[in-house]
Amino acid sequence: MTTSTEPYVLNIGPQHPSTHGVFRLRVVMDGEKIKDLDMIVGYLHRSMEKLAEERTFTQNIPFTDRADYLAAMTGNLGLAIAVERLAGVEVPERAEYLRVIFSELQRIASHAMANGTLISDAGAWQTPLLYMFREREKILDLFEMTCGARLTTNYMRIGGVAFDPPLEFWPALQELVDELPDRIDEYHELLVSNEVFLARTRGVGVISPEDAINASLTGPALRGSGIPWDLRKADPYSVYDRMDFDVVVGKSGDVYDRFMVRMSELYQSVKIIKQAISQIPSGAHKTDIPLALRPDEGEIYSRIESPRGEIGFFLVSDGGPSPYRFHLRAPSLINLSLLNELGRDAALSDAIVTLGSLDIVVGEIDR
Amino acid sequence: MRTPTQLSGISVSEVLGKSVPDIVTAVTDEWIEVASDRVVETLQWLLDSDEFDAAQLSNLTAVDRHTHIEVIYHLQSLDLNHQLVVKTRTHGMDPAVVQSAYPVYKGALLQEREVYDLMGVRFEGHPDLRRLFLWDGFPGHPLRKDFLAMPGRITSGLEGFPFEDKDKPIRPINQENVETGVAYVVTGETDENRPETDLSEDRG
Repeated sequence: MTTSTEPYVLNIGPQHPSTHGVFRLRVVMDGEKIKDLDMIVGYLHRSMEKLAEERTFTQNIPFTDRADYLAAMTGNLGLAIAVERLAGVEVPERAEYLRVIFSELQRIASHAMANGTLISDAGAWQTPLLYMFREREKILDLFEMTCGARLTTNYMRIGGVAFDPPLEFWPALQELVDELPDRIDEYHELLVSNEVFLARTRGVGVISPEDAINASLTGPALRGSGIPWDLRKADPYSVYDRMDFDVVVGKSGDVYDRFMVRMSELYQSVKIIKQAISQIPSGAHKTDIPLALRPDEGEIYSRIESPRGEIGFFLVSDGGPSPYRFHLRAPSLINLSLLNELGRDAALSDAIVTLGSLDIVVGEIDR
Repeated sequence: MRTPTQLSGISVSEVLGKSVPDIVTAVTDEWIEVASDRVVETLQWLLDSDEFDAAQLSNLTAVDRHTHIEVIYHLQSLDLNHQLVVKTRTHGMDPAVVQSAYPVYKGALLQEREVYDLMGVRFEGHPDLRRLFLWDGFPGHPLRKDFLAMPGRITSGLEGFPFEDKDKPIRPINQENVETGVAYVVTGETDENRPETDLSEDRG
């Protein structure tokens, strides 16, 4: 006996745990299968790009906190580097190392969050997520110790960083990087061999390498499909060219591979932090720049590797103290270019896991 | 300004101009510019060429230049590790029309919707050109310079925000504060006629 169903429309979100923020999916379902899928964003739109045109370059740094609020450090750094390149500001060496240390700490915190919520989407409600939060919490404590804030750090400055970390920061950091590899091993034991998790993620949401490149995917979403592309290696900024680390790639481009790329990158980040601790020189942590920096007329597109991919800043200066045009290339948004193709004809539960594996931050999508 | 991995526009235009004559309309050290109805042709050529191998549309954005809108494509090759910048411009502001890059790059899908939403550029050939962030009935395109009165930067066609009471503008713009760059002019109470209060009594 065959039963037929009529297509119906289902709204997931805007308030829903699986959408990781204020993000709405409008799906047309036929039974358990998705026939069509549309994403509706903009609930968090704060017109940052317009506001930025009325503020000085330094005043725009806090906006980048609130764009990608799970990786504020890399957002700050991306803007700082873009303005430094545009205006020709030199950065002291100690500041460069501090930038690397904080960027990598942020990457660990963000990847832990991404993987924790992905597992939560796959059905292991909350427990693994809170395991992941254990390390993230310690990292946020280090941020708080240094700059007073945990999420919206506003730490990077044009020409350096805002503060030199206090003396008690260094032993706490050393303790953290010593214990982190063991903790990550624990997650591997807990999850990587878990049969339910494998069944939910292997062969689900497969992105081919050609599609991944053509659809402008970056970050773990691109590396999961087997493309060894990491801006820390390809277009080194700060002092990443002095660091020894590997670019982790997946094989099959499914949800599991994207998960594993993030997992393995945790080890690489620890490796980079250890090298930075041993190499960091003493000295100034910031160059003095004018209060209202006026870069010469011109434009620049400068990008760095955020936990979600290529975060780029396109700045146009007309010689004034504020940018004539300020554009933030949001990896979270652009990584969703394939969402419709991935979701169509998939089961609803698989589409949710696929969305989780792309690791979106809605603040950055909407800006 | 060119970043370390960015190719010079002059070298790109030399090779492109030999193969497709008269396609480059302007060139600088940083970028090349092509006509708005030849965007797909240019991008497809750069994607197919072995020398440039522009496999990925890294970033797509637009800038309001008062008389026209400039659309900017940042392309990159992952194998050769370089970037190149292609620009095009619309004929006038209303309507502002450019060919869609979606037939060449799937990554243009959402980026073009964003530019359409905020900058009002219509991309011809885009399969699903709708607003991305703002709702369908939203008046105007906010990233255009004439969307709101921006004191001290540009004169405006609008007196205030589209929905507010036009009789009571919250940001009155006149020629005086455009020149001096005063951000807000509050009418009514000023320092001279504000009644003096003795704060010592409030403190107890």
